[in-house]
Amino acid sequence: MSRAGGTAAVERAAEETETGTEAGPPAARPLRVRNLTKRFGGLTAVDGASFDVEEGSLTGLIGPNGAGKSTTFDCITGVRRPDGGSVHLYGEEITGLPPYAVAERGLVRTFQIARELKEMTVIENVMLAPKDQRGERLWRSVLPGPRRAVIEQERELRERAWETLEFFEIDHLAEEYAGNLSGGQRKLLELARALLTDPHVLLLDEPLAGVNPVLEEKLLGRIHDLRAEGYTFLLVEHDMDVIMNNCERVIVMHQGRVIADDAPAAIMEDERVIDAYLGANV
Amino acid sequence: MGVSADRLSARLPGGDGALILAVFLALYAGFGLLGVLLGLDANGLASTLQRITFFAAVYALLALALNLQWGYAGLFNIGVAGFMAVGVYTMAMLTAPTDPGTGGLPGLGLPLPVGIVGGMLAAALVGALAALPALRLKADYLAIVTLALSEIIRIVYNSTSLRTFSIAGVDLGTGGSQGLALPTNPINALFYSDARSPASPPTALGEAAFGLFGAAGVQHTTVVDWTYTLVLVVFVWLFYRLLSRVGNSPFGRVLKAIREDELVARSLGKDTGRFKIKTFMLGCALMGLGGILWQGSQSYVSPNNFLPILTFYIFIALIIGGSGSNTGSVIGGALFVGLLFEGPTFVRRLVAQQIPLGDAPDTFVAAVEPLASLDVTPLLAYALGNLASLRFVLAGVVLVYFVQTRPKGLLGHRKEIAASVDLSERPNRPARADGGERR
Repeated sequence: MSRAGGTAAVERAAEETETGTEAGPPAARPLRVRNLTKRFGGLTAVDGASFDVEEGSLTGLIGPNGAGKSTTFDCITGVRRPDGGSVHLYGEEITGLPPYAVAERGLVRTFQIARELKEMTVIENVMLAPKDQRGERLWRSVLPGPRRAVIEQERELRERAWETLEFFEIDHLAEEYAGNLSGGQRKLLELARALLTDPHVLLLDEPLAGVNPVLEEKLLGRIHDLRAEGYTFLLVEHDMDVIMNNCERVIVMHQGRVIADDAPAAIMEDERVIDAYLGANV
Repeated sequence: MGVSADRLSARLPGGDGALILAVFLALYAGFGLLGVLLGLDANGLASTLQRITFFAAVYALLALALNLQWGYAGLFNIGVAGFMAVGVYTMAMLTAPTDPGTGGLPGLGLPLPVGIVGGMLAAALVGALAALPALRLKADYLAIVTLALSEIIRIVYNSTSLRTFSIAGVDLGTGGSQGLALPTNPINALFYSDARSPASPPTALGEAAFGLFGAAGVQHTTVVDWTYTLVLVVFVWLFYRLLSRVGNSPFGRVLKAIREDELVARSLGKDTGRFKIKTFMLGCALMGLGGILWQGSQSYVSPNNFLPILTFYIFIALIIGGSGSNTGSVIGGALFVGLLFEGPTFVRRLVAQQIPLGDAPDTFVAAVEPLASLDVTPLLAYALGNLASLRFVLAGVVLVYFVQTRPKGLLGHRKEIAASVDLSERPNRPARADGGERR
């Protein structure tokens, strides 16, 4: 995997062992959502949802259409401002922060419909992502002296970008315009881009929707690799099999509420979940 | 045409620079020919080419500044004329003498460079004022706000109550509708011992230059005007370099992302509002400077120089060239001036000289009526007589043509990669021992 991404994960793991051996309080959870509420006019899309995501886990979030999954994602990542409740990232409150501030703190999302930047090449897309790029300051980009430092950093980032593309096996497409990619390749690109922001937690909104089985296998493989490196994932997915076979914990939403939060095997047996999916009254 | 422009650019050694040069040489050849056919003398020809170059340069400057806002970041600013006005007026008010003679307007009496920087800063600040509330809204609102603001600015400068005024005991004035005197062009000081008066004896440089070009029949004023025009060309080069750097950098990459999908940029941790404000302010400062350089060739500026039509001309230049491309901005400026702005006037003069058309009819009906008897002369005469208005029609037709068939202009389809290094350069990987395919 990409060197820097890997290092970040290792460093984080090291920090945790430190706090662990020093018998301090258990490290705060990556993501803690409490009583999250979002109303659109008279409709309550998210109705007091509460759940946690554990460090280094691959947690699934499922629910029938209109259950409020995507709105929950939007509220967590600041795309929408919640009407009530709180979101904490590693103990720090991020409720209602704008998306860029949430991303800066290490929580990055992908979109249900891949939002690649069509008129930029694949490598340009991923080069956009890294945080704290010197050249994002206007004066540094323009003045001759500081620009040298910008170019130096761009070289390093270029190396990371190529490595990340190799990891996702889309390096052969690096100079292709992102708009020319297939649906599955776009999803890979989105994940690659999100990863280059050095996140701690990744929220993936239906990463497998519209992806062919071969690429689906590849994508899931990469997600498992990354999880093994210490990244934390929260995954919205429609395909029940994917969730049940890959996630160790599943949160089920229905009509804006969390109705179950358990291991996949237990979820399969859960009466409320079955009712929600079969349309019976809860 | 865009493809052929690309092919030309690929074939020419020197790439884009050579392409721009080729466009200018073609314009010179065309206008040179028109001039010879019109029977212009050496001074007339030199003066014609100077005029073309001057306007091509100022439109290139403004199209480049607009390209930064609209082409790079998708910020729809249709108040270009207003920001130019702020730049010019602030410069003039900062540099006007504190004790003007009779009829003059008082100012702060600061040196010209201070005035120019002040004008740019003022334009940038007014830009920020417009952008801060509008950038929070959707793009269309920025367009409405900037258009309205540009008219407000023009009307304020036009207002009689601001003809002269004083703030904290300092007398200032905008001159109202009569306009405001501009500081003496420093280029004049190169050639004349008294920069204010072309009648004064020339300096040593002036003596040499006037002697050299005078032998070829070129008048003094043409030499001075050409010198100023060359200064503008240098500024076009500076703008081009500056904006290329902005574009080919991580900053430019974020701008490109904002133009395509702002939510993506925000979701990747970019505070897009700050990027937009900075870009908008830089663009407005450059528009202010562009206005100063344009009006600097005159001795007077009045609010009528900044009608909204000016903004639309700049948009047409940028659309022809292709928004998003700096080379396109320069070429668009040159083609707009050559083919739409100056070209028709020359063609009219030539036609009027070659074909005796008689008096133009007064009304359109009178012009069309003789068509029944297959007499096209009155219609032609009418068209030539009303060329000033027909130029608008021509500009409109060109605009419609481009928006319909080539929305990306001549060069806008070229996508320059926004990075300060060559992204296709792949890091060296250690050769794999098995030599086989990866994975």
